[in-house]
Amino acid sequence: MPITESDIQKIAALAHLEITDEELRTLAPQVASIVAYVEQLNELDTSSVEPATGGLTPEGERTEAVREDRTRPSLGQALALEQAPEPSHGHFRVPKVIAGSEEKENF
Amino acid sequence: MTVPDRTIELITSERNAGRTNASAEAGRSLDAARQLNDTLNAFLQIDRAGALQRAGELDRQEGAGGALRGVPIAVKDNICVRGMQATCGSRILAGYHPQYDATVTERLNAAGAVIVGKTNCDEFAMGSSNENSAYGAVRNPWDTERVPGGSSGGSAAAVAARIVPVALGSETGGSVRQPAALCGIVGVKPTYGRVSRYGLVAFGSSLDQVSVFGLTVRDAALVLQAIAGRDERDATTADVEVPDYVSGFGGDLKGARIGVPRALLGEGVDADVRARVEEAINAYRELGAEVVDVELPHAKYSIAVYYIIATAEASSNLARYDGVRYGFRAEDPKDLREMYKRTREEGFGAEVKRRIMLGTYVLSSGYYDAYYLKAQQVRTLIQRDFLNAFGKCDAVLTPTSPTPAFRLGEKTDDPLSMYLSDIYTCMANLAGIPGVSVPCGLTPAGLPVGFQLMGPHWGESDILRLAHAYEQEHPLAERPRVMAE
Repeated sequence: MPITESDIQKIAALAHLEITDEELRTLAPQVASIVAYVEQLNELDTSSVEPATGGLTPEGERTEAVREDRTRPSLGQALALEQAPEPSHGHFRVPKVIAGSEEKENF
Repeated sequence: MTVPDRTIELITSERNAGRTNASAEAGRSLDAARQLNDTLNAFLQIDRAGALQRAGELDRQEGAGGALRGVPIAVKDNICVRGMQATCGSRILAGYHPQYDATVTERLNAAGAVIVGKTNCDEFAMGSSNENSAYGAVRNPWDTERVPGGSSGGSAAAVAARIVPVALGSETGGSVRQPAALCGIVGVKPTYGRVSRYGLVAFGSSLDQVSVFGLTVRDAALVLQAIAGRDERDATTADVEVPDYVSGFGGDLKGARIGVPRALLGEGVDADVRARVEEAINAYRELGAEVVDVELPHAKYSIAVYYIIATAEASSNLARYDGVRYGFRAEDPKDLREMYKRTREEGFGAEVKRRIMLGTYVLSSGYYDAYYLKAQQVRTLIQRDFLNAFGKCDAVLTPTSPTPAFRLGEKTDDPLSMYLSDIYTCMANLAGIPGVSVPCGLTPAGLPVGFQLMGPHWGESDILRLAHAYEQEHPLAERPRVMAE
């Protein structure tokens, strides 16, 4: 199924990307050609093949992944906020969350 | 006569003889990095003060560190080193300084290495040429009009130009082996789960592994040795003993079997690359190894599988860059939603957006089975191909890259042709197996060529021993044009 510019706009919205008209024109054919390329996998009958689960080796799967449950020092508030673009009163500060009425239905 | 490379071996023996120390080696690397960076753009940060302080501490403490004592090393800018930046080559992480060390950083420090700086890379490790960095392309020391490969191009160029003997990179689909081949050095990608990913910025979590560059197989093996092993902070590291790689070197190759998948050496491979790789195959015969034919019938699907799985995982991993807690935030957004979208629009480059879009598409409702599930099934078939091949041989040998270093700008308009640079390398990431790229001469135009050996899970010892045996007989005599004095 060919990928259209409107598909690209939908995907961009899902991915929280605001793409420009120019990007839309270059991305649509590029994504379409990559998707066409990966569709060569359809040559293969995989109906009886188990999907791989992650990159784990058999030894990796056997390794006990859960560590001992005990408290330990954490980063702490000051350090955790050190890289924040706009920290305020010990919190991460962001713009208003409630959208205007005309935008609400998009949420 | 060429000056001998300042390998770990040389640094260690000179230090033991009292002729050098950590401060002298760090100073030499820092000077070279500063001097060559205008030409190569290999470093995004050179930490002169930090490195000299650390080297001075090592020199004052008798017996401090271990196998890497006083060895200068460069680290790709997607691996966390406390006190240094970690931009991942992206504008969205401009100015970001992680508050903690990656496990590999802790282990390098414990072994006595001196981190001299952070190296340039394709944005979020997405690329095969290093042209996707928000901080400019890296130049290949052999020909500065050509790419060093990617995504770990800065680390590769820094080692090839003899600024440092060793460097860390990361691999998701060949991002260390491919630039190693294009820059005429050694690159090792370990088994998935061999090295901790804690503090490595995530791209494709089921594929990512911290990987190593060195001027020699021995140097790369020493660094891998220092960073490998179980880490409780990465649940995917396996509880598998880390052997002493270097102690296994030497001896003859009688009884060793090198598998060559002939079907992959035909169409699409540059003729000069094929010629050098055929010579390497013959060299193994002369060393006493047996060369056998193997088949990897699903290898030709690996790029398709890779670009579904890697982009799907990336679209999820990169959702965290939203301008809230760290990194870049767009100015004056009217609400939270606009802040997310504009931060990501302005913060990410074209290739990263392309891959997020592709990954979002293949995971989106109604397409999951057709793309992601299908890709994971074919991934199983690729894994089985290798299991079958390793029933007949100890290592599979292929070219590392289908071409030598290409010109800057040559492939930037055609993402798919860029992706095909990883045709030989990404199958190892999909199968979770280790691989090593070894230089095997130059093309008539003077560009390096590399071959790779891939081994079974946890089989680093064997492929490193085989790589070392070749290197002893056929070391790369030529040196790049741009190089530290």
